[in-house]
Amino acid sequence: MFIHIFIILLGVAMLYPLLWMVSSSFKIQTEIFTGISFFPTKITFENYVNGWAGLSGITFGRFFINTFFIIFIGIVGNVLSCSMTAYAFARLNFSMKKIWFAIMLVTLMLPFHVTIIPQYIIFNSLEWVNTYLPLTLPRFFAVEGFFIFLLVQFMRGIPSELEQAAKIDGCGPIRIYWYLMMPLSLPAIVTTMIFTFIWTWNDFFGQLLYISNIDLYTVALGLRMFLDSSGKSAWGSMFAMSTLSLVPLFAVFIFFQRYLIEGITTGGVKG
Amino acid sequence: MTYMKAWWHKNWVGYLFLTPWLLGILAFTAIPMGASLYLSFTKYDMFTAPEWIGLKNYLSMFKDQKWQSSVLVTLKYVFLGVPLQLTFALSVALLLKRGIRGVGVYRAMYYVPSLFGGSVAVAILWRQIFGGDGLVNNLLGSIGIKGMNWISNPDTALYTLIVLMIWQFGSSMVIFLAGLKQVPIELYESSTIDGAGPVRQFFAITLPLITPVVFFNLVMGIIGAFQAFTSAYIVSGGSGGPLDSTLFYTLYLYQKGFTHFQMGFASAMAWFLLVVIAFVTALVFVSSKKWVYYQE
Repeated sequence: MFIHIFIILLGVAMLYPLLWMVSSSFKIQTEIFTGISFFPTKITFENYVNGWAGLSGITFGRFFINTFFIIFIGIVGNVLSCSMTAYAFARLNFSMKKIWFAIMLVTLMLPFHVTIIPQYIIFNSLEWVNTYLPLTLPRFFAVEGFFIFLLVQFMRGIPSELEQAAKIDGCGPIRIYWYLMMPLSLPAIVTTMIFTFIWTWNDFFGQLLYISNIDLYTVALGLRMFLDSSGKSAWGSMFAMSTLSLVPLFAVFIFFQRYLIEGITTGGVKG
Repeated sequence: MTYMKAWWHKNWVGYLFLTPWLLGILAFTAIPMGASLYLSFTKYDMFTAPEWIGLKNYLSMFKDQKWQSSVLVTLKYVFLGVPLQLTFALSVALLLKRGIRGVGVYRAMYYVPSLFGGSVAVAILWRQIFGGDGLVNNLLGSIGIKGMNWISNPDTALYTLIVLMIWQFGSSMVIFLAGLKQVPIELYESSTIDGAGPVRQFFAITLPLITPVVFFNLVMGIIGAFQAFTSAYIVSGGSGGPLDSTLFYTLYLYQKGFTHFQMGFASAMAWFLLVVIAFVTALVFVSSKKWVYYQE
C-alpha cells in the first residue's frame, strides 16, 4: 500500500520539472520567477506568440518543418538500408558473413567521435556543409547498427516455412525480401521509424556541426539560439517553444509506446 | 575462372543486399577512422595541408590542463552517474514488478523523462530550475532553505548534470522490468516454501538471474555517458564552465576541433576516447564471466 503511494509520489516528482515548464509557459513573465504556485493566476498565450516569431524573421514553424523534413528522409533511408542489410544477415548465405556480422556488432559500440572529424572534412570538401546532406545521406547506407541488429533479431523469428512456400512458387530472394520479409517485419520497421524520429529530433551535435544557416535550423538549434540571444529576459517564450518541441516526441510516445518498449527490450533482453 | 564464377553465383544475392551497408562502412567508418588516425599525428587546421608532427598531439594532450580537467569531469560523470542511475532503475523496477495495477501508467511516467532527457529543451529547463532564482531554489525557499546558483557554482554544476542523467533512469528501468519478468516464478514460490524472505530472495534468486540485464545496461550506460554532450553544452552555454567543471570530454573535443580548428589535436582526443571506452568495455566484458549468470 505504501509502496503504491510512494510510486505515485515519485512519478509525480519525476514529472514535476516538465509539468512546471508547461504551466510556466502559460504564465506571464514575472510570475515564473516569483511563485512556486503551480497554476498560472492568469493564462496567457503571449509566450507562445512571442516564441513562435522566432528570430530574424524566421519562425519556429520553419524550424519544425526543417526538422520534420530531415527526419522523413532519415526514416526512408534507415528503413530501406537497414532492412536490406538485416535481410542479408538473417536470411541469406554468403561467404564471410560471420566476419561482416561481427564488424557490424563492433560498430554498434564505436564512439562516433573517431569518425566525425574526417567526415566533416570530407563533407566540407564536397561543399555539403550547411546542407542537409551530411545528416541524411548516410542513413541510406545503414550506418546505424542498432536498427540492423533489431531487424535481424526480428527477421530470425519469422518462420522459414513461409519463405519455402514462396520459393516453391518461384519467388527469388528479391521478391521474398520485398513482398514477404518487409510486410512481416512491420513491427520492427515501425520501431526503426520511431527511434529514428526520436534520435534525429534530439541530434543536437550533428545539427550543430553541419548547419549554420538560420533558414536551415532545426528545432534544437532554434531553441539554442533563442536561449543565447534572449538571455534572462525571455524564459516564458523559451519554455513555450521548449514545450512545443517536446510535443512531437510525446505524441510519438503516446501512440507508439508499445513499439518503444518492445524495441528497447529486444535490444537489452532478448539480444 | 570457374571458381570465381561459382563463388559469385553463390554469393551475389547476399552481397547485393549488403551493398549499402558495405559502402557505408567503407565511406563513413573505415576511411574516416583511418583518416582520423592519420590526422591525430598531424597538425591540421583545415586551411593548410596537414603537417606531420608524430606523437606531439598526444604528448601535449596529456600535459594539457583543460584536457586533464575534461577527463576528470567525464570520469566523475560516468562512474557516479551510471551506477546511481542503474540503482534507481533497478529499485523502481523491483517496486513495480510486484504487479501493481496500472503498472503501464507508472512505467510510462518514469520513462517519459528518458525520452525527453537528451533534448535541448530539457537541458534548457535544467539550466533554469537549478539557476539562482530557479524552481529548485523556490521550492527550497518555501521550506526555509536558501539555495545557491547551482549552475554557476563550480562545485555543484557537474552534479546538476549527474542528476539529469539519473532522472533519465526510465529506459534502463524498462529493460530491468523485462529482465525481471523472465525470472521463473517457480523459483520464488519454492524458496518461499523453504522459508526465504524477500531480501534473501533478492540476493539469491533475483540478482543472479538478472545479471545479463545488469551487464547490458552497464555497458550501454557507460558507453553512452562517455559520449554525453548536449546537456553540458546547453547548461554551460558551450563553455564547459564554470571553471571547466562541466567540460565533458566530447565538449572539449568539439571546442578543439570545431571552434579552434585544431583538428589534429581533436583527432588525438577522439582516439584516446576510443581506447578508453574500448578498455572499460573490455573490462566489463571480461569481468562478466565472474558475475554474469546466464540461464541455460
